[in-house]
Amino acid sequence: MNKLLLGRYIPGTSWIHDIDPRAKLASGVSLIVAILSVGHVYTTAVLWIMTYLIMRLTGIRVRTYIRGVKPLIWIIVFTVVLQIFFTAGGTIYWAWGPLTVSQFGLQQGYLVFTRFVLVILLSTVITLTTRPTDLSDALYDLLRPLRLLRLPIDEFAFMLSISLRLIPDLLDEAQRILDAQRLRGADIGEGSLLRQMRSLIPVVLPLFQSSLNRADRLAYALEVRGFRQGIRRSRFRRFRWQWKDTITLSLVVLFTLGLLLW
Amino acid sequence: MHITLEDVAADYKLGPIRHADVLVHVQAVFRDKALTAVIGHTGSGKTSLLKVLTGLITPTQGRIRVGDIMVDAQDYSASHHKAIRKKMGLVFQYPETQLFAETVEKDIIFGPMNLGVPEQEAKEQARELAIKVGLDPKLLAASPFSLSNGQRRRVAIAGILAMKPDILMLDEPAAGLDPAGRKDILSLIMNWHREHQLTTILVTQDIDEAACYADEMIVMSEGTVVMQADTREVLSDPELLRAYNLESPRVRVLQEKIEYRAGIKLPRVCITIEELASALIEAGLV
Amino acid sequence: MAEPVLEVKGLSFRYIQHHDQQGDSEAISNVSLRILRGEWVALLGRNGSGKSTLAKLLAGILSPHGGEILLHGEPLDMDHSRRSDLPIGIITHHPDDHMIGTTVQDDIAFGLENRNIPYDEMKHRVEEVLERFKLSPYRHHDPSRLSSGLKQLAAIAGVLALKPSLIILDEALTMLDTRSKLEMIDTLRQLQVSEAITILSITHDMNEAAAADRLFIMESGTITASGTPDAIFKLYQELEPPLGESLRRCLLHKGRKVPSKYMTEEEVVDWLCTSPSKTLRQITS
Repeated sequence: MNKLLLGRYIPGTSWIHDIDPRAKLASGVSLIVAILSVGHVYTTAVLWIMTYLIMRLTGIRVRTYIRGVKPLIWIIVFTVVLQIFFTAGGTIYWAWGPLTVSQFGLQQGYLVFTRFVLVILLSTVITLTTRPTDLSDALYDLLRPLRLLRLPIDEFAFMLSISLRLIPDLLDEAQRILDAQRLRGADIGEGSLLRQMRSLIPVVLPLFQSSLNRADRLAYALEVRGFRQGIRRSRFRRFRWQWKDTITLSLVVLFTLGLLLW
Repeated sequence: MHITLEDVAADYKLGPIRHADVLVHVQAVFRDKALTAVIGHTGSGKTSLLKVLTGLITPTQGRIRVGDIMVDAQDYSASHHKAIRKKMGLVFQYPETQLFAETVEKDIIFGPMNLGVPEQEAKEQARELAIKVGLDPKLLAASPFSLSNGQRRRVAIAGILAMKPDILMLDEPAAGLDPAGRKDILSLIMNWHREHQLTTILVTQDIDEAACYADEMIVMSEGTVVMQADTREVLSDPELLRAYNLESPRVRVLQEKIEYRAGIKLPRVCITIEELASALIEAGLV
Repeated sequence: MAEPVLEVKGLSFRYIQHHDQQGDSEAISNVSLRILRGEWVALLGRNGSGKSTLAKLLAGILSPHGGEILLHGEPLDMDHSRRSDLPIGIITHHPDDHMIGTTVQDDIAFGLENRNIPYDEMKHRVEEVLERFKLSPYRHHDPSRLSSGLKQLAAIAGVLALKPSLIILDEALTMLDTRSKLEMIDTLRQLQVSEAITILSITHDMNEAAAADRLFIMESGTITASGTPDAIFKLYQELEPPLGESLRRCLLHKGRKVPSKYMTEEEVVDWLCTSPSKTLRQITS
C-alpha cells in the first residue's frame, strides 16, 4: 500500500508546483492526447525529452518517478510482449505458429511501451505536485460547463472530495484490522489463490462493516453541518490564475497541435 | 512473563514522507505478573510501544527481551519476533471493529484454532469464556453484527483471551464507553489479571483509571519513557506530570488544591476519595 | 426576562426495530424542556437513555413522531440547520467524524460554505475564529492528525464561525483527556459569559454536568428530573456526585462534623481550609 505513488502529494516550490491546478490538469490532458496519438518512432524522442524535462522541473528526483512505474511493470511487459508477438508487418525476423517477431511488431511494442510509461510518468507529475483537494477542485472547474448538459457534476465533485477525505482513514483502518487479525494468527496472503482469497475475509468484512458505519456517521456530520444535496454553496478555496499559467497552457497546446499535425 | 526494552527505537515511513510516530531510546521493564499502565499525551508513542513489542513495527535499534527470548535490532530475526508474538494477546482500540465471523462462537475460536487448538476444545472454552466476560451463552449462535457495541467489545476481548496469552496488552480498552461501561470492562480485565496472575499492560489516556488499577506506571512523552515507578510514586509530583502534558487523577488534583490552600502536606498520595478523607482526618484538618 | 431559546414540548420518537437486533433501541417519549438564553444546560443520561436520539431530533436529522420543537418561538423545520440567521451548532462525540475538511481552515469554512455565505464574509469569519482559539498555527494541518483536544477545539471554532444561537455538545468532551476536558469547559464558560451563548451539553460525565447552570436527567427515553446541580445531587443520592460532594459525604460517613448541605468542590475546599480545627492547629503548632 505504501508503494503506490499515484495519489501522493509532495510539497514543493517548483515552477510546476506553482502552476494553477486547472492549467496543470488541462495541460496534462493535452499532453496525454499527444502521447497517445504518436505514430512515428522518431516523434517519441521529442516526447521522452519533454517528459524528462518536466520531471526535472518539479524538483523531485527522477528515481522517485521511476519507482512509481515499477508496480505496473508486469502489465506493461505483458502488453508489449503481446504487441511484439501478435502483430505482424514488414520484415519478419522470426516466426513460429501464430507468433511472429516482425519489424512492425517491434515498432508497435516500442510505441505501446512509450505510451504506457509516459502517461504514467505525466500523471504522476500531476498528482505529486498538486494537493488532492486542489485537483478535485480543478477537475470540478474544468467540468463545470457540463452542468449545462444536466450532468451531475456537483455531486461528482463532492463525491470526489469526500473520497479524498476518507482515503487516509480507510487505509489506517485497513492496516489496523490487518494487524489485529495477524496477531490472532491469521495467515493473510499466503498459500494457494483460493486460500489467499479466503484469508482476506477477516480483513475485508470488518472493513466493509466499519465503512458502512463511517458512511452513516459522515452523513450525520454533513447534515448537522448544513450540507444538503443540490443546495447553492459558496466556495472558500480559490485559485488565482497568473500569466505564467496562460503561457504554460498555450505552449503545451501549441506543442500538442504541432505534434499532431506533423 | 518479564518484559524488558533496552534502548529501543523505531520509526515508520509512509512512502516518501516520514510519519510522525517514533520511539526514541525507550527503556522499560514490565514486571512479571504486574498490571502496568502506560500513560502519556496523544502521540507520545504508547501505541507504538505495543506495536514494537508485538512485532508489528520492527525496531531500528535496541533489544527486546520477553521471558527468555530476545529480539535484537542489530541482529534482527523475524522468527524470534514471531515467537514473542505467540505469547502476547493485544486488544486494539475499538476491538469490536475486527469481528468478522458468521457467529460469535466462530469469531472467538478463530484465534485458538489458528494456534492449533482442536475445534471441539476451542468451542467448549469459548462457552466458558463468554460467560466469564459477561455474555449470555445464547449469543454464541448469533451474528456478531447483530449485537450492541458493548457486547461486541466483550466478544472481541474474549477472542483474545481465548488464545491464552502469557501477556495481555490493551490499548484503551474502555474507549468510548460511559462510566458504567468503563467500570465493567476494567473490572473484567482486573479480575482476569488477578485470577490468572497475568502480566498485563494497559495503555490509557484516562489517568484516573490507570491510578485505580495499575501497580506500576510508565509515563511516555515524545516517543520516550520519561518515568517508570510505582503508581503512587509517579503521582506524587503533579507539577512533573503537567510538564509532560498530563493532568493528575481528579482526587489528586483536589488534594493538591487543599494542600495549597491550607498550606500543608498530607501524609500520602491519595487516589480515592476514601484515602483523601482518611488523610484529611489524620492531618487534623477535619 | 430571558426568553427561551429552545422549547421542546411532548416530544416522542421510536426507531424501527430489526427483528434480530439484540441491542437496545433508543426511543424517547413525552420529553419537554426549556432552555433560556445564555444558560448552560446539561442533559445527563447513560448510554441508551435516549439522549443521542434527542440530539438528532434537535439537529433536524430526525423528524419527531409526536410533539414539537421551537427555536426562538418558531417551529423547527428539517432545514433549520441551513438557516444562516439562527442556526443550532452541534459538536459530535467523535472528533474524527465531525471533521469534513482536509485542513483545519477548510473545515471551519465548510459550515459557512453550506450556508452560501459570500467569500469575503467567510474569509473574515474564518480568520476571526482561528485568532480567537489560537488555531492559526494549525490552519493548514490535516485535522485527523491533531490531538483530540485540538480537534474538538477546531470543531467548536467551526461551529462558532456560524454565530449560532445555541450550541449542542453531543458527548463532545467524552473523548478528551482530563486536561483538555477542563480547558474546554473553561473555554465554553468564557464564551457563555462574554457572548451570552446558550449551551446544551449532553453527557454522562457528572463533573461536566456539574459545570452547568441547570441539569436534566434522562432515563429510558424520558426526563426523570430537572433542577440545579445542587438540587439534583442532593435529591438523588444514588447518583455518583461530583468530587467535592463525594468528599463531603465520605467525611460525613466517617463521623466528622461537616455541613449537611450539598457543596461544590470550591465550597468544600474553602470549608476545609478555614475550619476551626485548622486555626486551632495553627495556633498550637
